[in-house]
Amino acid sequence: MPINPKAKLVEHLLDVKAIEQKPTRDGYGTGLLAAGDENPSVVALCADLMESTRTEAFAQKYPDRFVEMGVAEQNMASVAAGMALMGKIPFISSYAMFSPGRNWEQIRTTIAYNEANVKICGAHAGVSVGPDGATHQAIEDIALMRPIANMTVFSPCDSVEAHKATYAAAKITGPVYVRYAREKTPVFTTAQTPFEPGKAMAFWVEPVRTKPDVAIISCGPLTHNAILAAAELEREGMKVRVINNPSIKPLDKETILKAAKDAKAIVTVEEHQVAGGMGSAIAEFLAQSYPVPVEFIGVQNRFGQSGTPTELIEHYGMGAAHIIEAVTRVIARKS
Amino acid sequence: MPHLHEDKIKFLEEMANQIRQDVIAMVSHARSGHIAGPLGMADIFAALYFHILRHDPKHPEWSERDRLILSNGHICPVRYAAMARAGYFPVEELKTLRTFGSRLQGHPHRTILPGVETTSGPLGSGLSQAVGMAIVAKMDAKKINIYCLMSDGEQECGQTWEAAMLAGKLKLDNLTALIDRNNIQIDGMTEDIMPLEPLRQKYEAFGWHVLDINGHNFEEIANAYETAQAIYEKPVLIIAHTIPGKGVDFMEFEYPWHSKTFKPEEAKESLAQLRTLQGKIKSEHE
Ligand SMILES: Cc1ncc(C[n+]2csc(CCOP(=O)(O)OP(=O)(O)O)c2C)c(N)n1
Ligand SMILES: [Mg+2]
Repeated sequence: MPINPKAKLVEHLLDVKAIEQKPTRDGYGTGLLAAGDENPSVVALCADLMESTRTEAFAQKYPDRFVEMGVAEQNMASVAAGMALMGKIPFISSYAMFSPGRNWEQIRTTIAYNEANVKICGAHAGVSVGPDGATHQAIEDIALMRPIANMTVFSPCDSVEAHKATYAAAKITGPVYVRYAREKTPVFTTAQTPFEPGKAMAFWVEPVRTKPDVAIISCGPLTHNAILAAAELEREGMKVRVINNPSIKPLDKETILKAAKDAKAIVTVEEHQVAGGMGSAIAEFLAQSYPVPVEFIGVQNRFGQSGTPTELIEHYGMGAAHIIEAVTRVIARKS
Repeated sequence: MPHLHEDKIKFLEEMANQIRQDVIAMVSHARSGHIAGPLGMADIFAALYFHILRHDPKHPEWSERDRLILSNGHICPVRYAAMARAGYFPVEELKTLRTFGSRLQGHPHRTILPGVETTSGPLGSGLSQAVGMAIVAKMDAKKINIYCLMSDGEQECGQTWEAAMLAGKLKLDNLTALIDRNNIQIDGMTEDIMPLEPLRQKYEAFGWHVLDINGHNFEEIANAYETAQAIYEKPVLIIAHTIPGKGVDFMEFEYPWHSKTFKPEEAKESLAQLRTLQGKIKSEHE
């Protein structure tokens, strides 16, 4: 199988039935705990969503380093800024729609402009939130966080990577946004899979000494769909590279530039509005450095709605079949 | 509003019970959604839709209607049930709650369900919208009542107080807000998570006229809304003391029922309890 051996992925990667399923927010819970065990400066704040954001384990183990804010996300952001300015490393958590959705300006000014060392952890990002509907499905959060100077932005692909991203956030000095999802999704990376801020990695590679026909660059749980699409495309004789890109900011320019040069056609995949998301970050970079055709998988200027996660991923055009169609389109645009 | 005679009280009690049964059927069928809040507010919704509101279910866009803003959108199953029973849409449609393509979104959405008045779910922004409507009703000299329902949890949102302050400043006596004072929120009891008391004095200090009522007593509910109409130069707040999960003994007062999913036997037991409630309901017993 054309899996990159350096990625150390699980074996039964394509077996959708057998693969373990966990929500990425679980990785927030364990990553926060690990960071807290190691560094007593790590503190956590939550706005009446302890259990569903997975802040609970930390709050129970370290009640003196936890502050329950009540339903007050704006206050939470600036209180965390204050705590950071006193030397703590606050992790603030709510649904992404409310943090960083509701408290954006507090994050921009009192956290980022202040260079306050606060980690903003947004649960329930994407339409896969499901039945709660559009009001609770954050599909603009990457676009909100990416343009803020000093901000680092991570979108992990499974619960294991989410753990690493959370843990890494504690080691970075400065504001970090990490995006998590509600729904259970395949756990396909392992503890050995590398995670490094500013680094992307090919999970699926073209045959050695060949060039790929297309490079798919993906973040979040949809990376698994991108791999399923690649497997299907491979059966059709196509050479594909799938790059998992959890570090939206800073971007791994080297890996992305090489992909553009090798494949000369890019498809980006994310569970987010196409406008302002990870795909935009890549397009901004490539437009200047090495323009190639790009097709974007993501939500196209619409709101979410109630439904099952699978129904919604399909309805908004982010299933494996949609990725395959985008590959066909982008290859047709190659000069 | 007309006088609340005994037959009407009996009717409202039966309607509230029906609404509770609808809520349980909907949420257990959807296998997600909120339950304690909707059950606790069923009496108030029955009173609003069947006694207090000036509205026309067949013409939800009637411009002279009273406006009912539900700020705590997560309790929408109770609003949907009350609306269906009042004739806004077929009762059958209640089964579609939270499913793909339904007009009954997990949190209410204005543009697809006439009569919902505004989109809500994110807490703390309903009172501001109600204030905006009340300002316009005054500007345009219209005799429209603006009603806003809020939860106690969202009294923790700063925006609620920004709106309260403005309503007091503008003396919006066409605005009547009500807080579902059920003392629960997601992480626990409100007074443990973020003490809200003394709520009455806080609103009074912001220029409001405040009434405390038992939110399960129809006479008190109707009286409060009637009093609200008689109060001049002040917005009115009704603090409705309610029992979360009211009507189902194992849910009452239990904060985990904010949005717990039903096991099938729990849904069955809830319906059985409601259907036999004090022998008031004539419908079939299970
Ligand atoms: C701005 C915002 N933050 C967080 C949430 C998530 N949330 C939904 S209900 C709720 C609080 C529950 O308390 P209350 O409103 O009193 O609900 P009850 O269980 O009494 O119906 C929270 C925090 C939200 N809907 N909006
Ligand atoms: Mg409450």
